[in-house]
Amino acid sequence: MAAFLNQLPIGLSIGAVLLLIALGLTFTFGQMGVINMAHGEFIMAGAYTAYLMGGLLPALPVAFLVAGVMGLILERAAIRHFYGRPLDTLLLTWGVSLVLQQLARDLFGAPNVQVPAPSWLAGGVGILPYNRLFIMGLAVAGVVAVWVYLTRTGLGRRTQAVVQNRQLAATSGIDTGRVDMLTFFIGSGLAGVAGVALTLIGPVGPALGTYYIVDAFLVVVAGGLGQLRGAVLAAVALGLLNSYAEFWSDASLAKVIVFAVIIAFLQVRPQGMFVLRSRVLT
Amino acid sequence: MRISRPIVAALLALALAACGSGAEPAASSSEIKVGLLHSLSGTMAISEVTVRDAELLAIEEINKAGGVLGKKLVPVVEDGASDWPTFAEKATKLIRQDKVATVFGGWTSASRKAMLPVFERYKALLWYPVQYEGLESSPYIFYTGATTNQQIIPGLDYLKEQGKKKLFLVGSDYVFPRTANKIIKAYAAANGMEILGEEYTPLGHTEYSTLVNKVVQAKPDAVFNTLNGDSNVAFFKQLKSAGATAEAMPVLSVSIAEEEVTGIGVDNIAGHPVAWNYYQTTETPANEAFVKAYKAKYGANKVTSDPMEAGYNAVYLWAEAVKKAGSTDVAAVKKAAPGIALERPEGLVIIDGENQHMYKTARIGIIQPDGLIKQVWDSGKPIKPDPYLKGYPWAAGLAAGQ
Repeated sequence: MAAFLNQLPIGLSIGAVLLLIALGLTFTFGQMGVINMAHGEFIMAGAYTAYLMGGLLPALPVAFLVAGVMGLILERAAIRHFYGRPLDTLLLTWGVSLVLQQLARDLFGAPNVQVPAPSWLAGGVGILPYNRLFIMGLAVAGVVAVWVYLTRTGLGRRTQAVVQNRQLAATSGIDTGRVDMLTFFIGSGLAGVAGVALTLIGPVGPALGTYYIVDAFLVVVAGGLGQLRGAVLAAVALGLLNSYAEFWSDASLAKVIVFAVIIAFLQVRPQGMFVLRSRVLT
Repeated sequence: MRISRPIVAALLALALAACGSGAEPAASSSEIKVGLLHSLSGTMAISEVTVRDAELLAIEEINKAGGVLGKKLVPVVEDGASDWPTFAEKATKLIRQDKVATVFGGWTSASRKAMLPVFERYKALLWYPVQYEGLESSPYIFYTGATTNQQIIPGLDYLKEQGKKKLFLVGSDYVFPRTANKIIKAYAAANGMEILGEEYTPLGHTEYSTLVNKVVQAKPDAVFNTLNGDSNVAFFKQLKSAGATAEAMPVLSVSIAEEEVTGIGVDNIAGHPVAWNYYQTTETPANEAFVKAYKAKYGANKVTSDPMEAGYNAVYLWAEAVKKAGSTDVAAVKKAAPGIALERPEGLVIIDGENQHMYKTARIGIIQPDGLIKQVWDSGKPIKPDPYLKGYPWAAGLAAGQ
């Protein structure tokens, strides 16, 4: 029974990890419709930033900048020439992700590196270690920041306008190219932040991004494209589902169950939990 | 100017591939081509790149000492890319196109199983350098890593000696952990030990909180860990932050060597035992020279580990067999190999004629705060390889079940 109850906070903490890795993707994939397979490598860039800086907290803003600038370069140099061509973008960014993985391997070596966890994160409350609580806190902070940005700032409102109707936004005087740049910068930067947090619980190596990219897309798709509340709800639901499915079966079967549930769910609601209402899309 | 090794290797491979596909592929009379086939990219690259490096070192040393039969060894490096069909494809390329004399390669059992039919079909030789689950003995493979009775069973003997009666089994979901756990369960049944749980996770899995919860709630005396690759990092980090300690619940690992300790973080794994045949700290004259040469070639901060040493040995053992045979012909080398005994970094290694595995000394070590492994137990002498566990009555039926 204790083990069963333990799975509840565990599920929430898995959900927080999912939310953190998917938050950036709700921007680039959700808002802009860009299937960015290199998103995982921006997470990796964040993790390696923490490794180079040797500390967790100072690495958070730096990783945001590093991954954000990488995303900005990718968007300006390549992706913007492929808007409206999702399959080409997929291939392009997948290639970029392989290049970035090899780059990390050449720069830092193939073996994993270690990022020391700060001593104040040792220990925990009940089943939840402090580092898991830290990740949950960071995920909540990230969601609040994104929500404030999208709804309370001029830039954020312009972003939403471009998402809802690009042509109308452009004719209203919004520089859509600049909005795209900024959106990609923030989305990629959030991946960098997730990367820093993941050093607390997972491996830090060139292949790091590949472990999280599929889960990140699952959350965004299940939640509904471009929907912040959808991403939050989907992350928590998938976290709990994962936790209990693995508890009653095993890790391999839990993955199968999660996929099966998502496929079934998308049959009923093909556009995810929440649907963006827009004249362009309908 | 410093160009990184993977790039050099890739260029070298490209250049050699270009030569091979060009005019006459037959090697010039002053050279012997040998293939090195490991994952240089993908999830297994973390481990396999180091084995490739150790094999290159052995080739360089042998060439410096005059080569084999007066000829220089020329490595042809290929990338298995952590993808099993790619291993089979590249093995075919090395044998058919490059016409290499032998191949050193593989790490996961899945890659070996993928390559096995290729080597048997073309009657070519593979030297496989990693400890594995046993129950195999291909006439075209030499196994220079441990089989189960040289690693897993000594590991269980050690746990039994320590009075650990209740075990929890954790492993990656593929052939090695599943077969290893079958053996562990049979051993436990015969030795009055209890298995409290058996859990598998997919390769590359990083979310271990549920599994850690299951392990902690079951309260085992010890955990037997057959996880492979990056999953170990996530497992040990999350186990430690759940408050588990090496004193109360040691986790015996069979796939974590010096190379992996740094990535896991010494803080997370210090004090836990591992089972291998070789450690960087193993005290033999040959090891002193090996560690020195490896650090000189690849950097003072590099460590040496069991699979690296087994790969390094493989090149020397093959060279010795070629010298004895007077030819690189596969049949002649196979005939010459049995009984070859060399003093290697891990101590005496003898090629068994019956199953082409090696006599090896088993060693249990404890991971130290400096990241190295200190030996706390050894088998005293090289153990005869027994891949089908014929010498263990409790294991009867395991081989038949395969």
